[in-house]
Amino acid sequence: MRLQIPLAITFLIGLFMAVQFFVPHEVFQYSFESLLAWVRIVGAFALVLGIGSLLRTHWDKIRRRRRDWPYSIVTIVSFLAMCVIGIGFGHEPGTVFYWVFENIQVPLDATMFSLLAFFIASAAFRTFRARSTEATLLLVAAVVVMLGRVPSALIVSFGDTAVGHYLHANMPDVSEWIMNFPTVAGKRGIIFGVALGAIATALRVILGIERSHLGGGGGGGQ
Amino acid sequence: MAETIPLEQVLGTWVAALLTLAIFSFLYRDNPVYKIAEHMFVGVSAGYGVVITWREAVIPDLIQPLLDPAAVDLAGPNYVVLIPGALGMLMFSRFFPRYDWLSRWPIAFVMGYSSGLAIPAAIQMQLLPQLHATLQPVWPAGEVTWWMALSNLLLFVGVLCTLAYFYFSREHKGALGVASRIGIFFLMVAFGAGFGQAVMARVSLLIGRVRFLYDDWWMTLVAPWFGGG
Amino acid sequence: MNVEERPVGWWRAESIWTRLLSLDRRWIFLGIALAVLIPIITGLTLPLGKPAPPTVAVYDYIDALQPGDVVMFAVDYGPSSMPELHPQALAMVRHALEKHLRVLSVSLNVQGTALANDVLQTVGEELGAVDGEDYVNLGFKVGGSAVILGMGEDILTVYPTTADGRRTRTLPIMAGVRNYDDIALVIDLAASNIPGAWIAFAKERYDQDVALGITAIMATDFYPYLQSNQIIGLVNGLKGAAEYEALVGLEGEQAPGMLGMSAQSIAHLLIIVLVIVGNIAYFASGRQRVGH
Repeated sequence: MRLQIPLAITFLIGLFMAVQFFVPHEVFQYSFESLLAWVRIVGAFALVLGIGSLLRTHWDKIRRRRRDWPYSIVTIVSFLAMCVIGIGFGHEPGTVFYWVFENIQVPLDATMFSLLAFFIASAAFRTFRARSTEATLLLVAAVVVMLGRVPSALIVSFGDTAVGHYLHANMPDVSEWIMNFPTVAGKRGIIFGVALGAIATALRVILGIERSHLGGGGGGGQ
Repeated sequence: MAETIPLEQVLGTWVAALLTLAIFSFLYRDNPVYKIAEHMFVGVSAGYGVVITWREAVIPDLIQPLLDPAAVDLAGPNYVVLIPGALGMLMFSRFFPRYDWLSRWPIAFVMGYSSGLAIPAAIQMQLLPQLHATLQPVWPAGEVTWWMALSNLLLFVGVLCTLAYFYFSREHKGALGVASRIGIFFLMVAFGAGFGQAVMARVSLLIGRVRFLYDDWWMTLVAPWFGGG
Repeated sequence: MNVEERPVGWWRAESIWTRLLSLDRRWIFLGIALAVLIPIITGLTLPLGKPAPPTVAVYDYIDALQPGDVVMFAVDYGPSSMPELHPQALAMVRHALEKHLRVLSVSLNVQGTALANDVLQTVGEELGAVDGEDYVNLGFKVGGSAVILGMGEDILTVYPTTADGRRTRTLPIMAGVRNYDDIALVIDLAASNIPGAWIAFAKERYDQDVALGITAIMATDFYPYLQSNQIIGLVNGLKGAAEYEALVGLEGEQAPGMLGMSAQSIAHLLIIVLVIVGNIAYFASGRQRVGH
C-alpha cells in the first residue's frame, strides 16, 4: 500500500498529462485546467522539503557543536528574521522585507556569483591548452566569440589602424556565424539526445520502473 | 551633491557595500567575515522564498479561495482547493519518521505531472521542430546565397555527425568512425563558443558589482567626505 | 612526473615558464579586478560595434507593435544574474512603455517578482506610467509549466490577484486580456532552463510568440531555437543589453549595459592574453611532454 498508491498516482496523472496534449476534448480540457491549479498548490509545499532539510542540517550542526557551528546560528537567525518581517509586515516595495532583499540578499547573491569571474580567468590561464586538434578548435572558437561579442577589444589591441577597424567591423559576423551554424549543429545533436533521454525517463517514471523519487522512507533520506 | 539621499538608502548602500566586500574577501583567503556573509545569504534567501511563496502563492491560491473568496473574484468558497491543499500538507509528514511515507503521495503527484508533460514537450519542442529546422535549402537559388547554402549544408552534416558520435550501439569504425570524429569537432566548437560566452557572463557579473561599489557607494557616499564626488 | 624527460636548455625545469605556471592565482585575481576597475574609474568609452541580429529582431518586433498591445515580461531571474539581465529588462520595459504598450509582468522564479517591482517602478516613475493601467506586476507563482499552461487558458485563474494583492480583474490594464490570444509577445528574461518551458508550452502549445533575454552563458543552449524560429529573437547578456539600449537611444545612467562594455572589453583582452601566455608557458616549459 505504501508504495502502490504513489505508483498509481504517478501512473494516472502521468498518463493523463501525456494523452491530453493530443486529445482536445472538453472533459479533458476541464480536468486539465483543474490539474494545473492543483500542481500550483501542491508545488508550493515542495518548498517545505528544501527548507526542512536546510534547517535540519544547520540545527544538527549547532546541537552537536560541529566545526564552524556558530555560523549555522547566523543562517537560522537570518531565516527566521526574514520570515517574521515578511509574513508579519508585508513584502511590497517600501517595506523592511524589501529593504533587506535589496540591500542584503541582492549584494550577497550577486557578489557570490561574480567571484566566478576570477575563477574562470584563473582556469583559462591554467587549463586552456591547445593540446590537440579538438582542444585547439575549442580554444579558437572561444577566442573568436569573446572578441566578436566585444569587438572594441580589437580596436584596443590593434589601435586606430585599418586592421583594427576591419576586425572591429567583421569579427561580430564571424562570431555570429559560429554561434548560428557549427554551434547549433553540435548543440542540436545534444538536444536530440536529451529529448530522447527525457522521454525514456518519463516513461520509466510513469510505468513505475524508476522509483528512486519515492525512496523517501526511513527519516526522509533518499 | 545638492539633493539629499534618504537615510534608509544611505544605510542600505553601506550595508550592501560592506557585504559585497565581505564576499570579495574570500579571494584573498577564506575567513570568518566571508563565512558570516555566506551563511547569512543562505538564511535570508530561504526566508525570502518562504515569504514570497506564502504571500504570492499560498494566500491567493489556497487560503483566500476558502476564507475570503471575494478577494480572488469567487462568488463563494471553493472547497475543491482542499484536495491539493491536503496533498501538499502531506509534505510535512517528512518531519515525523513514522508517517513520512505519506510524503510520497504529493511527490508522486508532481512526478506524474512532470513526467507526463515531458513526453509531448520533448516531441513538440525539441524533436520535430529541431529536425525540421535542420533540413534547410542547401542549393543556392532565389534568396539563398551560396554562402547560406554552404552554411546550411554544414549544419546538416554537423547534426548528423554529432548524432553519430552519440550513437553507442555500434563500434566507431569505418564511416561511423569518421562521422563521429567530425561530430567531436562540432561539439568542440560548440563548447568553445560556450566557454567564450561563459567568460562574457562571469565578467559581466563582476562588472555589475564593481560598478555598484564605485558609483553607488564610493562616489556617492564616501568620496563626498573627502571633498570629491 | 619523470623529471629526466624534461628538455634541457635555458627553459628547463625551474625556468621562468615553470614558475609562471605555478603563479599564485591571486595575482590573476588582482589583474582581473584592475581590468574591470580601471575602465570604470577612468570612464573609458569604446565603440560598441553593430548590434547582433537576434537583438535587432526583438527590438523590431516590439517597435512594430501598436499602442495598447500587450507584452508580457516573464522576470525569471534572481540577483545572481542581475548585472546581465536587469539592464536588459530596464531597456525593454522602457521601450514598451514609451510605445504605450501594456506591460504585464509574471515570475516563475521566486526572486524575480521583487526584481520585476524594481524594474517597473524605476521605469514607470521616470516615464510617468501608471501602475494598473500601463503596467502591473502579477507576481510569483509556483509550478513553472503549470503557470505557463494555465495562462494559455485563463490568466485570471492563475493570477486572481497581483503581487501586492489587488484583484487583477478590476485593473484597467486587464481590459480584454484573457489569455495568450490577447498578448502580442512574451519576453522571458532568465538565467536557467525556464525559457525551454516557455518555448515548449507557450509557443508550441498556444502558438504564442516568444522572445528571450538570457545570460551569455545560456546563449549556446538557445541559439538552436532561434535558428528553428521557435523564438522571434534573443537578447544575449550584458552586450545584448547594451545593444538594446543603443537601439532605443539611451545613454548615461539610463544605459547601464553600455557603461559596462568597456570594462568587458578590457577584461576579455586580459583573459585572452592569459590564455596565450598560459599556452606559451605550457609548451615552452615542456610540460606537455610529461603527460600533464
